[in-house]
Amino acid sequence: MAFLDVTDVTLTFRGLAALTGVGFSVEKGDIVSLIGPNGAGKTSMLNCISGRYVPDSGSISLGGADLLAVPSHARTKLGLSRTFQNIALFRGLSVLDNLMVGRHARMDYGILASILYLGRARRAEDAHRRRVEDVIDFLGLSPYRHQAAGKLPYGVQKRVELGRALAAESDLILLDEPMAGMNLEETEDMARYILDINEEWGMSVLLVEHDMGVVMDISDKVVVLDFGRVLAEGSPQEVMADADVVAAYLGGDDGVFLGR
Amino acid sequence: MHGQCGLFFRTYAGEARIFPSRFLMVSMGLFGTALCLAPLAMNNYLVSILCLINIAVIGAVSLNLLTGFCGQISLGHGAFFGVGAYAAAYLASLGLPFLAVLPAAGLVTAAVGMFFGLPSLRLKGIYLAIATLAAQLILEYVFLHWDAVTGGSSGMAVDPPQVFGFAFDSDVKMFYLTLAVACVCVLIVCNVMRTRLGRAFVAIRDHHLSAEIVGVDLFAYKLRAFGISSFLAGVGGALWAFYTMYITPEQFGIGLSVSYLAMIIIGGLGSVLGGVFGAVFITILPEFLNFLAHHAGAFFTDISGALLAMKEGVFGLVLVLFLIFEPEGLANRWRLVKAYWKLYPFAH
Ligand SMILES: Nc1ncnc2c1ncn2[C@@H]1O[C@H](COP(=O)(O)OP(=O)(O)OP(=O)(O)O)[C@@H](O)[C@H]1O
Ligand SMILES: [Mg+2]
Repeated sequence: MAFLDVTDVTLTFRGLAALTGVGFSVEKGDIVSLIGPNGAGKTSMLNCISGRYVPDSGSISLGGADLLAVPSHARTKLGLSRTFQNIALFRGLSVLDNLMVGRHARMDYGILASILYLGRARRAEDAHRRRVEDVIDFLGLSPYRHQAAGKLPYGVQKRVELGRALAAESDLILLDEPMAGMNLEETEDMARYILDINEEWGMSVLLVEHDMGVVMDISDKVVVLDFGRVLAEGSPQEVMADADVVAAYLGGDDGVFLGR
Repeated sequence: MHGQCGLFFRTYAGEARIFPSRFLMVSMGLFGTALCLAPLAMNNYLVSILCLINIAVIGAVSLNLLTGFCGQISLGHGAFFGVGAYAAAYLASLGLPFLAVLPAAGLVTAAVGMFFGLPSLRLKGIYLAIATLAAQLILEYVFLHWDAVTGGSSGMAVDPPQVFGFAFDSDVKMFYLTLAVACVCVLIVCNVMRTRLGRAFVAIRDHHLSAEIVGVDLFAYKLRAFGISSFLAGVGGALWAFYTMYITPEQFGIGLSVSYLAMIIIGGLGSVLGGVFGAVFITILPEFLNFLAHHAGAFFTDISGALLAMKEGVFGLVLVLFLIFEPEGLANRWRLVKAYWKLYPFAH
């Protein structure tokens, strides 16, 4: 069984199908991209994996564990983290605290330790702070460490959100359009970060992205969604050569997608 | 010789301290000493105001934990406070010692608060406000009609607290007791807010979907917020019962809930210091207006009565003006003033 295994997932909203019999897999250590036109169901697919939506049928497993059997908040412990298409930071918390919350599921001291700020809580805070500082260094966020996340520029907020998902040190990270709205330089930085997250931090990546240049460059595998169905699945070269894909999506007026 | 410019931390733990600089620690020490010595130079009336402030601080800081930090608005805090007062009065009447009554009253209130916090799983914002308003009304009804425990409309008498044979039977003694308990309660909230529990609360307030994604069980944590907040409110209510020595249902009406909300809004939502400032401000304001009316009366004999009558209106007016001109609360103003003096005389 693959690391992330999505089988025959169907999701409907009041009779309208957003996903129909979707199946694909992510092998451990891979970067897999999920692409498709607007409204194809990419975000819906991520929501099913992370627990925001509950599919009508089908199964999703991560590392052999049935994801659909546990509530959304408990999936973090099974090794899942994600970012959102629209920025979803804790605006009132500092960058540092946003990343510390990212490690919430990794901390296990209880209420009493919190209230009394006992040795256990102190030591845990200290140790987790060290890991968070690594993330801050990696993403170049140190100038913003103590600033409220909601007041930062857009590009930085995107990075903080990536940092929060990274701080969880999960096995699989879901990224929903991390490059949306970024300029060329920021996009290249972000691509670099994703590659490093994959190689140095050892996290598998499921990436939703519209920028075909980036997708074809960094992906080990590409899954194409169209109207809630899987149109093609394979290496970037295979997908680009696929006649259905070219006709439905990459070809025609959308040909610009292929280049940058 | 080189002086330090700004604050440097050599350890992460140093940064997490409540008073991160030596200057702050020294000034807080001086303030604490002055506060402890103050009653010696004050008449009973002024000391009684200090006692009320100490108790109000507990109520406001605990509500700020729930509403300011966790974003769960509550219009029932006054009634939760009352649950603590009645629980304390009842347990004390059974002969339980004060040191056991105080936490027990907190636990009873925590249970009640968590029960009435259950709707927060489904309800947000104004809808939760209405649900907690219902809690307020239900609890008021219980205070009034559960005669066997609460004494109904005639209320309950409470003896002054005793700790190891020492009776806190004067305002000055009660001042030290309430101050100590208030400090512990504020410390608890500070601790909660610098650990994972407090961060999860703010996460729920700021973006509940993201909170869930990072692994916060929304329901469990909202209940925790209700539990801890009501526990502290219960402790505050217990102190109130011991201090006033006579409790009746109307002391814990919707007016009390609203004044706690006023305290945290004026002091600063989501700031521990804000809760303290708000409690001080809202407790002192009516006394100050009394004082004004009284002294104005010495100069303009006929005005005094009118001023007294206008007191309530002036109280409301001051609140509204505050909301307009200081919407971020007193704690924020305090921060700005501090920042200004740090750079003085180089500020632009
Ligand atoms: N909560 C919802 N209620 C009703 N319909 C929804 C909901 N969420 C998604 N949909 C529908 O499901 C379909 C897929 O939406 P989805 O957001 O997954 O697309 P997407 O591939 O992420 O598109 P984009 O590239 O614009 O982000 C759309 O037709 C959308 O209208
Ligand atoms: Mg989308």
